This record gives sequence, structure tokens and C-alpha cells, in this order.
Amino acid sequence: MTSAGEPLVTPAPRPYALVAELTYRCPLACAYCSNPLELGDASTELDTATWGRVFREAAELGVLQVNLSGGEPLARSDLEALVAEARASELYVNLITSGIPADAARLERLTRAGLDSLQLSVQDTDAGGAAWIAGRDANESKLRTAATARSLGLPLTLNVVLHRGNIARVPAFVALAEELGATRLELANTQYLGWALENRAALLPSRSALEEARRVAREAAERLRGRIEVLFVLPDYYADLPRACMDGWARRYLVVTPNGLALPCHQATSITTLEWQNVREHALPAIWHESPAFRAFRGEDWLPEPCRSCERRAIDFGGCRCQALALTGDVTATDPACVHAPRHDLVVAARLRADAGSEPVPEAPRPLLKLRRRAAG
Amino acid sequence: MIDAKARVRLAARVRLRFDRRSGKVVLLYPERGLELNESGARIAELCVETRGVGELIELVAARVSDAPRAVIERDVLDFLNALDARGLLEVTRS
Repeated sequence: MTSAGEPLVTPAPRPYALVAELTYRCPLACAYCSNPLELGDASTELDTATWGRVFREAAELGVLQVNLSGGEPLARSDLEALVAEARASELYVNLITSGIPADAARLERLTRAGLDSLQLSVQDTDAGGAAWIAGRDANESKLRTAATARSLGLPLTLNVVLHRGNIARVPAFVALAEELGATRLELANTQYLGWALENRAALLPSRSALEEARRVAREAAERLRGRIEVLFVLPDYYADLPRACMDGWARRYLVVTPNGLALPCHQATSITTLEWQNVREHALPAIWHESPAFRAFRGEDWLPEPCRSCERRAIDFGGCRCQALALTGDVTATDPACVHAPRHDLVVAARLRADAGSEPVPEAPRPLLKLRRRAAG
Repeated sequence: MIDAKARVRLAARVRLRFDRRSGKVVLLYPERGLELNESGARIAELCVETRGVGELIELVAARVSDAPRAVIERDVLDFLNALDARGLLEVTRS
């Protein structure tokens, strides 16, 4: 029984960032893409006015930052209008882009519309490596996009997803960030969900390669302090303790997919036992506060053992739900990334296979990857 | 370290705004935000234009009449150095 005056439901925390996945259309086909395995087509994408409403509702919920993401957001012909809508809601607007196509006039229009910062993905400094992981090498286009961003005074973040094929080139990524005048460098290891899980055997690095990359990143962070913020994110598989995925389920982040599903993380549609609501039918605040799916794993009340009695329960909230489901088949299980998880053996086995494999050398043929499918335009 | 002779301005990637939810001024930059206390907000708002740190200290002191000058000077320098360590300031050192 609840005593009078006490709220029946713990108030939902405040979301600070909205990831607006504007489209699944993309010129690249990265083998670790965070988009779902099943992609819709462009005809089901939300229109400009609906995104405008989503931005207003997000701001009303407390969101301060929006990442215009995808797929490739430049594929949306109304991107200028979307940037202006987001700015009208006082959001800090980050464009998350592959830098394809490099279109200086368009970037200038986006900047005039109120774009605050640009995050450019870099797959690899080695052209063969880039083509291997993304289906094509687009570095020339990326470099031109970076130069345009700099000339427009747009703050530049470089984002590199690390894996077995490029992790030895962390020094080159640091040098590139310096050369391009980036203010932030994200060296984020692949997390093995969705497409990346399909390709795990080819992508998971050995422990020694990972440790060396981490050492280089740490040195760079120290040396570049105050100039470039260098971020290094471990793969869950080597972290021993789980990440608070998205800072905790439905706690700080909101994702809206191209066709309007509101999610607590990019991968959440892999959890098919939850019913995902659409912003076409429900207001965002209602989804955030009341939808059963957002409440399913929020906070600590749902936690299984050994999480429930763990002192880290309010730090990592049991880790990643999508990873627990993908590896154990049980969405409520402790994330197998955790050393205390009953099924940590699954992660250990994958690591042992990664350590047993030989390090890739540039002249050797690269293993075949399952590249992301193209979204129909 | 920043001293009273330097000139400072918020970096181009920084946006200051009022947050209705918390009633605080927030300082936003790519992927991050800082919620400022009253004193931090006062200093940050003065850094929207380029200013000498000495002038900045005078301006803050003029608005906060009840604190000793030495305390104000230390607060301003601490705050500016904290922003600088995050790359959030453009600093010209003479």
C-alpha cells in the first residue's frame, strides 16, 4: 500500500540529450553500424513538422542537446529546416555525419540555420581499411568536410569506432585530429550488438592491441588537455564491469528512430517483448514518463541478483539490456560483460578467440564482413 | 595558468543559456553541459565578449559588494582556469 500523498510512481529522471535518427539512408555500410538489422524505407520517415514537434516536446522534458544522426542526416533535403527547428527550441545542435557528400555551400546554410557543432566519423586513415569496414573509402570527402567546418568556425569532433582492423592506428587518428583542428576526439571501441555482433569474430581486438591503444589515447589526452578532449571508450567485452548503458535505461537519453519510435537506446528495438510507442501517436513526455517500455528497466527495482545486492547497482544499473538479451536470451539477466554475471563465460570465450587470432597486417587479405544493408530510398 | 594580465573569451563552441527546469544558467558544448552556480554564471556571462581578466575581476567585484576583493579574485581565476582546462576559453596571454 502507498500512503496518501506519496507518489505511486517514482518520478522519471530528466533526459538531457535527444538522439534524432533522421534517416537510415547512408552512403556507407559500416559492419558495426548501430542501426537495426531491419531497416525501414525512406517513405516512412517522419516529416519536418513532426520532428519540429519532437524537438519542442524534448525541450519541454528538459533536453538540452540534440544529435541529428542517422544513417546520414545530410540525406534529408529538409536538414536546414530541422536545424532551425531544433535551435528554435533552444537545443544545442550537433550534426553527426559521415561527411558525404562534402558540400561546402550546404554546410554554410546549416551553420546559418543554427548548427552548433559537427561530428565527423572517420572509419580508418588507411584507404583499404576504410573500404573494408564501410564498403567504400570516402576519406577525401571527409577531409574536405572537416576543412569546410573549420573555415565556417564550426567546432569539430572526430569520431572513430575502433576494432581489430584499425586499433593499431590510434596514433594516426590522434595526429589527424590535431591536423584538422578538432576540439574533441572520440575513440570509441565497437560494442558488440546488432551488425557488430554479426561480425564479432573479425572485429574484436586482442587484449594487447587494446591496451596499447588505450596507452596511446591516455598520453594524447594528457598532452592535448585544454585543446582536444580525447575520449577512449573500452569495449564492454574487456571492461570486466559493465557500462551504465546510455547512463542507465531511460535516465539521460532519448532516441527517436526515422519512423518515429521513441527508444531509450539505439538498439532497443532488438527487445521485441517490449512495445515501442511512436511519436506520431503519443507525445514524447507521455512516452518518457508513462510508457511501460521506458519504465521496464528504469532505476534499480527490477534488478536481478547478483546486481540487486551489488554495491555498483546505482552505478551501472545491471549493464546493457540489449547485450544481456543478445548473449543470454534473457533481457533481465545481468550483462555478461560483468565479471559477476552468471554468464560471463560467454564474454571470456569471445576474448580468448580474439587473443588466439593473429593480428591483421595490411598486406594480408582481410576477413569478409557482413556489411550493413542499404535502406531503400 | 591564467593571470590578471590575460584576455579571455568563451570558446566559439560554447553556448550559454538559461535552463527553466533548474533555474540555472547552463554552459553547453559538444556532447556536454555544465550547470553553473550563481557566481560561475555571473563570470561566464561577462566572458561572452573578450575582456581582460583584471577588468573582469573589477566588474564582478562591483556586483558582489559583500565579499573581500581577494576572495573574488581567487574565485574568478579558479573558474577561468577550470574552463580553460576543458578548452572552453580563448585565452590571449600578454
